[in-house]
Amino acid sequence: MLIIGERINGMFNDIKKAIQEKDPKPVQEWAKRQEEGGAAYLDINVGPGAADRVAAMKWLVEVAQEASDLPLCLDSTDFTAIEEGLKLCKKPAIINSTSADRDKVEVAFPMAVKYNASIIGLTMDKKGIPKDSDTRLSFAMELVAAADEFGLPMENLIIDPLILPCNVAQDHAPEVLKTLHQIKMLSDPAPKTVLGLSNVSQNCDNRPLINRTFLTMAMACGLDMAIADANDDALMEAAATAEILLNQNIYCDSYVKLFRERHQK
Amino acid sequence: MAVNIIKDRNSSSVLEVKLGATKEEGGSRSHTITVGGDSALPFNHFEGEFPNRPIVAMEVQDMVPKWNDILKKEFEDVWGDPAEWAQKCVEEYGADAIYLKLEGAHPDEKDNSIDHCVDVVKSILDAIGVPLIIYGCEVEEKDNELMPAIAEATAGENLLLGVAEQENYKTITAACMVHKHNLVARSPLDINICKQLNILITEMNLPANKIVIDPAIGALGYGIEYAYSILERARIGALQGDKMMSMPIICTVGEEAWKTKEANASVDEYPGWGETATRGILWEAVTATSLLHSGAHILLMRHPKAVSVVKKEIDKLMKPNSF
Repeated sequence: MLIIGERINGMFNDIKKAIQEKDPKPVQEWAKRQEEGGAAYLDINVGPGAADRVAAMKWLVEVAQEASDLPLCLDSTDFTAIEEGLKLCKKPAIINSTSADRDKVEVAFPMAVKYNASIIGLTMDKKGIPKDSDTRLSFAMELVAAADEFGLPMENLIIDPLILPCNVAQDHAPEVLKTLHQIKMLSDPAPKTVLGLSNVSQNCDNRPLINRTFLTMAMACGLDMAIADANDDALMEAAATAEILLNQNIYCDSYVKLFRERHQK
Repeated sequence: MAVNIIKDRNSSSVLEVKLGATKEEGGSRSHTITVGGDSALPFNHFEGEFPNRPIVAMEVQDMVPKWNDILKKEFEDVWGDPAEWAQKCVEEYGADAIYLKLEGAHPDEKDNSIDHCVDVVKSILDAIGVPLIIYGCEVEEKDNELMPAIAEATAGENLLLGVAEQENYKTITAACMVHKHNLVARSPLDINICKQLNILITEMNLPANKIVIDPAIGALGYGIEYAYSILERARIGALQGDKMMSMPIICTVGEEAWKTKEANASVDEYPGWGETATRGILWEAVTATSLLHSGAHILLMRHPKAVSVVKKEIDKLMKPNSF
């Protein structure tokens, strides 16, 4: 399980303020803290309020890489901002994200190939997030076909079957789990999978409990990565334990510690 | 129609460990030997690189050992003097390295003093140019004094010293760190303890590429299948990037093979089993080659004929296959 640390995001007030004032400190502190927590990637999102998204992305990428050696996951709906960010990345990054809409796929997939990046493909189109697993899966298949068409190595395609908050759309979680399981059968080698985990508990009480419970359920269905809170200790411990129980890693008494330190330099 | 060979791609490889140090490097060896570095399952040359050959280290002891007549015949002319014994193994039998087992230090054997053991080690270092592997007598109290003394007396030689175990690893780890040697980490045929011990040792700041794993193998017919699975699983872990399973593997082949019933029983006792001499040698050679195929890097062996068979096998295994 690879955790993509979600905290460097302009939706959070401290990061929003840091972008506005060009103050690297909060960004770098979160970069280091998430690395210590056990993150494998750092998500970089300028947030909805940034005046100049391209400039803000470039600045965040540079500032985060000064503090941490972790690879980045560039999170934006603006492909220009992502491409400018990719040019500055020292390690192969993740593009977060494209929908299965053809016009977006045609821009995003060649960009991933050009910069040796991975790409998160969402199982949705302009009409929104499907309710059932079958429709999610048909979008996943389109993304798999696109990887083949544009020459993207299958292990660089990361499919996100999109989880919704459980207090709003309770019927979605079982569909997502079913989809995760089936994505692994679409091709050999199979694409990778990811979820924006914290979304499952939006506006709920006891969010950490919901997050970590769903994470382990999803891992059992084939989840490879999650955009999540890398400083939620109980979540990271649950992920480390699920890896052991799924026989993805050889057990030893210090397995939790090892999970946390795996991506540190 | 051409057959399409399906190849596994691995993200990582076995660590390389360098044994010995030349004069320029602060030691006195004529050359150094590097083991490990494999980036595929054993000898799948079509899937990865095998930069270093597995090696055979021949066993020498600091006392006249209680070995059977077949081994005695080969060594009785020299085994009163460990330095001469080591020399014979290197010059006559082509040992890549020497494995000194300080059995004579055992309180129930000759209870050799620490000074005596240090002198033995020095005499062997003077007599041969190949790297040296040294195991203590495996009595905790004695080894915790003996091994630091040897580490200190041979500082800079970059030897391979053993053994660290889960219940007793700190003293020898510290000695290896201070005097710059490599360390054997032994676990009782248990992959979980093996991994944990490597973590404990690296937490003391001995680098991972100074550690060699001794999985405490069993001989052919005496649990070799357990050793095989553990070596295989460790190798798969290493290839998938599990750093705490990525160390090269050392196997006590000679000791295990020659204590089996099959290597010792007389023809009178088991007429159907064939000559005792051939049987023991084959037992050692087959144990060694099985372990090579499961991922061993350093084989600790006894009989020169078994050594010769195994070295020829290594030559063949190191030839890239033509896929």
